[in-house]
Amino acid sequence: MKLQRKSGLRALTVGAVAITGALVLTACGSDNNDNSSSPSGSSQPSASGSSANAAGISCAQGQILASGSSAQQNAIEAWVRNYQQACNGATINYKTSSSGEGIIDFNQGTDAFAGSDSPLKPEEAAASKKVCSTGTGINIPMVGGPIAIGYNLPGVSNLVLDASTIAKIFNGKITTWNDKAIKALNPSATLPSTKIQTVHRQDDSGTTDNLTKYLGGAAKADWPYPHAKAWAAKGGQAAAKSSGVSALVKQTEGAIGYFELSYATSQSIPTVKIATGASQPVEATTQNASAGIAQAKVVGTGSDLALDLSAAYTTKADNAYPIVLVTYEIACDKGNKASTLPLTKSFLNYIASDAGQQQLSAAGYAPLPTEIATKVRSTISALS
Amino acid sequence: MTTVETPPTAPPRKAATVTRPGDRIFSGLSRGAGILLLVVMAAIAVFLTVRAVSAISKDHGNFLTTFEWTPSLNPPVFGIAVLAYGTVVSSIIAMLIAVPISLGIALFITHYAPRRLGGIIAYVIDLLAAVPSIVYGLWGALFLVPHLKGLNLWLDDYLSWTVIFHKSDPNSAARSLLTVGILLAIMILPIITNVSREVINQVPKMHQEAALALGATRWEVIRLSVLPFARSGVISASMLGLGRALGETMAVATVLSASPVLSAHILDPVGGTFSQNIVAKFGEADEFGRDALIASGLVLFVITLLVNGAARLIIARRKEYSGANA
Repeated sequence: MKLQRKSGLRALTVGAVAITGALVLTACGSDNNDNSSSPSGSSQPSASGSSANAAGISCAQGQILASGSSAQQNAIEAWVRNYQQACNGATINYKTSSSGEGIIDFNQGTDAFAGSDSPLKPEEAAASKKVCSTGTGINIPMVGGPIAIGYNLPGVSNLVLDASTIAKIFNGKITTWNDKAIKALNPSATLPSTKIQTVHRQDDSGTTDNLTKYLGGAAKADWPYPHAKAWAAKGGQAAAKSSGVSALVKQTEGAIGYFELSYATSQSIPTVKIATGASQPVEATTQNASAGIAQAKVVGTGSDLALDLSAAYTTKADNAYPIVLVTYEIACDKGNKASTLPLTKSFLNYIASDAGQQQLSAAGYAPLPTEIATKVRSTISALS
Repeated sequence: MTTVETPPTAPPRKAATVTRPGDRIFSGLSRGAGILLLVVMAAIAVFLTVRAVSAISKDHGNFLTTFEWTPSLNPPVFGIAVLAYGTVVSSIIAMLIAVPISLGIALFITHYAPRRLGGIIAYVIDLLAAVPSIVYGLWGALFLVPHLKGLNLWLDDYLSWTVIFHKSDPNSAARSLLTVGILLAIMILPIITNVSREVINQVPKMHQEAALALGATRWEVIRLSVLPFARSGVISASMLGLGRALGETMAVATVLSASPVLSAHILDPVGGTFSQNIVAKFGEADEFGRDALIASGLVLFVITLLVNGAARLIIARRKEYSGANA
């Protein structure tokens, strides 16, 4: 008992020290904030005077907070690192949580911009008007990416599936790997009679949302569920986060699951090629995903650039990968805070530029297709 | 105060009435701390209840019997049946495994092991308590799950007739309530062992020596003098462990294959627990979804309260028999 109490006391002391430390630190943080926000105001003219530096970035200074989607985390991290290296006195703090949390933060006015896997819902857009005093929150597509269908089937390396077989597999209608439908798509492969173990996300996720959008768009007859962030189909196994799904696929023979391409490449999990009706089955690569996203149409009104990907889901174009997701940055079109506007604009300008978008492929993301990128750049320039 | 007044001779009379500023400050501080705790608890309870009630009132399913958790649907439908079942079942499995083992370890350390070995074992047990739960989760998902497959198949082969140990799909990975229970058992082992050991150390040496003098063997000493005295302490130790098992979050979320299915087969990769569901759904939940999750958290709170209450009842009833009579 005595021992117990002593260690409890110690834990308390440590906790108290940690809390005091945190308080002191935050106090410092907010001090810095105040100090640096006034110079940022004064340095604004010089920044918008666009003295482009060596990295081709026209810098702004100050500190901004952003938060949201973990799907674009790696991209944002690389961009922030590059931007802060090129621009002294700029701090961009992107807190990776989730799209839902990012939008809540944004609508509470704590974020300069938020990252989200899906565009603002009408009620969320309405709520954003409180924060954007004269404008409204808009969706700016920024980071695209393929959702790879990874599988674990020793001896089979070039698996081809189409939308309807994928839907049937994940819906439990196709249960063994040597099913007729799979054989028809893979005439030369020797398929085992192993039972198919489907793996899906147990946490709500934009990846699930986008995959089920694709299944609903491209295989309506075989996918009876509406698209949603929560997995709706029966059966299969669930794992936490993309890392959990990919790990389970990797360790289970006969498994199939979905995750961002980077998880497949980093763990060398083979991915399914999609038979879209193009001359060749399409592989999940960043380049092919860009070509898929190029089929998308802008459906946002005004400066809002929300995309409708349904044309991408059913595309028959060569080398256009259909299972894609686009994540957005959400900012105010008008009425951004004066203290954060210069840096927000400058940073978004950089990440939408050719230099910024070229960073994406290395991290497993797809650069925006040219036509959409042009619209994105003009929208960002018009932010006020 | 009264103790100061009783010996009249020793201190002069002023000592009885003096209260130094330190006394006043300290009593004020400790009273303040006590009141603050109550205020904070009340504030939390009010906040949670208000949010939970607003969510439940908009639920289009039955909050207690619905399996699905889909507050984002229109109309929203969510319920805690699967979560409550999974939480209780996994905790029961954990208790069934952990309590006998912990008691065994505690008795071994106190009564059987050479002093030095006992010290080492106690130290290792303390180490177990220091491992963060996410590490247990990763270890569970990457090591325990593949290695439990054999045990699962064996249980399915020989005990399938019990229904409980029936596995619907022998190929599926062992990400089931049973695995979660085993993992939870390992996680609550240290706390039950440590508290039990302390309690067993309190058993009066006189009782044990008396039993020995009457010719009792070591096992009889433990049965007749140690266990009756330590019983209520071991029960409260188990309840501490149960509290942790009920609320465990990350380890369960990493290991369990959660789905809204209520199944008596504890080898099937289905089910869910309160905390696992909260951690899985919180990230992408909107305001309403969060309120719904808070409501489920409140239910867990109530279950924990009931369990603790039951434990206190048991201890209170045992008190008169323990110690004094043994």
